[in-house]
Amino acid sequence: MIAILLKRLGQAAFVAWAVGTVSFLMMRMMSSDMAFRIAAGRYGYDNVDSAAARAVSEELGLDRSAWELYLEWLRDLLHFNLGDSLVSGLPVAHEVGHFLGHSLFLAFVALVLAALLALPVGIYSAVRAHGWFDRLALFASTILRAQPVFVIGLILLLVFALELKLLPVAGFYDLRFVVLPAVALALALAAVSNRVVRHSAFDVIHSAFFRFARVKGLSYGQTFARHGLRNMAVPVIAFMGIQLVSLIEGIVMIESLFSWPGIGHGLAHAIFSRDVPMIQGAALAMGLIFVGLNLVIDIACYVIDPRGRAQA
Amino acid sequence: MNGAQDAVSETGSTMSGARLASNGSRTSVRRVWAHLATGQKTGALMIGALILFALLEALLHPADPALQNLDNTFAAPSWGEPLGTDQFGRSMLARMGEAVRISMFLGLLCTLSSALVGVGLGVLAGWRQGAADRLVSFFVNILLALPGLVLILLMAALAPGSLTMLYVAISLVLWVEYFRVVRAVTRTAVASPQMQASRMLGFGTLYCFKRHVWPAIVTPVLTLAAFGAANSILALAAVGFVYVGLQPPTAELGLMMVELFPYYSDAPWVLAQPVLAVFLMIFAFNLLAGRARR
Repeated sequence: MIAILLKRLGQAAFVAWAVGTVSFLMMRMMSSDMAFRIAAGRYGYDNVDSAAARAVSEELGLDRSAWELYLEWLRDLLHFNLGDSLVSGLPVAHEVGHFLGHSLFLAFVALVLAALLALPVGIYSAVRAHGWFDRLALFASTILRAQPVFVIGLILLLVFALELKLLPVAGFYDLRFVVLPAVALALALAAVSNRVVRHSAFDVIHSAFFRFARVKGLSYGQTFARHGLRNMAVPVIAFMGIQLVSLIEGIVMIESLFSWPGIGHGLAHAIFSRDVPMIQGAALAMGLIFVGLNLVIDIACYVIDPRGRAQA
Repeated sequence: MNGAQDAVSETGSTMSGARLASNGSRTSVRRVWAHLATGQKTGALMIGALILFALLEALLHPADPALQNLDNTFAAPSWGEPLGTDQFGRSMLARMGEAVRISMFLGLLCTLSSALVGVGLGVLAGWRQGAADRLVSFFVNILLALPGLVLILLMAALAPGSLTMLYVAISLVLWVEYFRVVRAVTRTAVASPQMQASRMLGFGTLYCFKRHVWPAIVTPVLTLAAFGAANSILALAAVGFVYVGLQPPTAELGLMMVELFPYYSDAPWVLAQPVLAVFLMIFAFNLLAGRARR
């Protein structure tokens, strides 16, 4: 348990250092160009001249020595002092906090929807392995996973928002706005995970302990509930840990597509306008969420399956 | 990237691949082809057709993909413009040709370099173990702390619109997959009784590698390579889609999708083209990677 915590803590520290260094390099490599773009971000592209860019450069102290700035930068990072957004002028920590809530909400709804889709489909495919339902599920999964998540979102957007006008297009004002982005994410996640659930359930159903439970007189349903679920849970949960990568990557894409006011949209937007402190804050938040969720998965596996504890 | 999850669900991989590997390096192209499953053949044919399209377009269709003709926007497909024109009257055939060329070129290049680095370091770490293993594994562990796409976005932001930077970033994310798989397989291969016997009989390192290690890693590496190509094409389209990758007027599939999206009701067939191209490329590489059969 301690080892798991230490490993993830080390990763979290790395995320902070890597994001800090990359954003610092970004700051240095584009200093002339950057002052111009920040000025453009502030005043609009039509109102920018080199005087405005120089003013921005002096205000931000872009002309001091590199090492001095780097160490100062890292020290600020350790104190979670993320500075102010270069575009809006508001503290980054405040903006990131605002984004974070929306992203976590979207991720949570998407994960729940994905589980509601993948678990029944996967388990039923395993029970009726090689039947028409199993084949249909395989076909649908193959088609869906050959699709980038933003194309799934694009198609949902075209059909349900623009053609049928059933749901709003983009932004976030009430609960109806979460439907399309969450469904798009959930479809992409479930496309892969229903097959993992199926394989895991298939192995359990065809195992010796499962047959033994049936022989000693339990009904199929009882056997599955008592011996099936827990045994198939470990591979499925471990796999969810791997899928977190696609979840976080999917969030960047889907938030940009639906203008969802979350961290992924914030990151893409900040990169586009070269708002380095915002890039740093958003990337840091995404990395830390990722490490944190991985920790949750590790602990879940630890609690469900006592067998791995000796090694862990 | 989702290579890891693919590898997890595909570890069974293909029976044909395993047989191919055990036959050693004597296999000709024809024998490799005979060992592929039907789905893999379909995938290979689709990839061949896409590459052929991209190359033939460059040779036979001299139109400039960035040349605008504002009198002729959203022309329907015709003999002169088989794929129609976009919102600036640019030839969609020329643009699709360029886009498929960029995606395929980048995908194959990233796959090649990440496979070379990943396999090389994986064999080294799995065989020598000790300090080399700990050092590389340490870097891998820290690389895995950030989701791949976030890392690619950050690096793409360092040099906006640079294909070279995207190539470096995508390869940097992809090699980890090969390293982890190859390292694990090499460890077991090196510890196997067969390998011990070869060592005791006095065979050299190169012979042991060719006889015991290479056959064990070639199948998973080929599977990973097919997924890796799909993932790099996906990553390129993804950064283009959020406007951080290649910049206009370059014809890039993800970028084309965002640019054409506002006009979906005027010309749905134009928006459908990049969407279909991305789908076909990823689908073809997924097919080529093969599927676990139970």
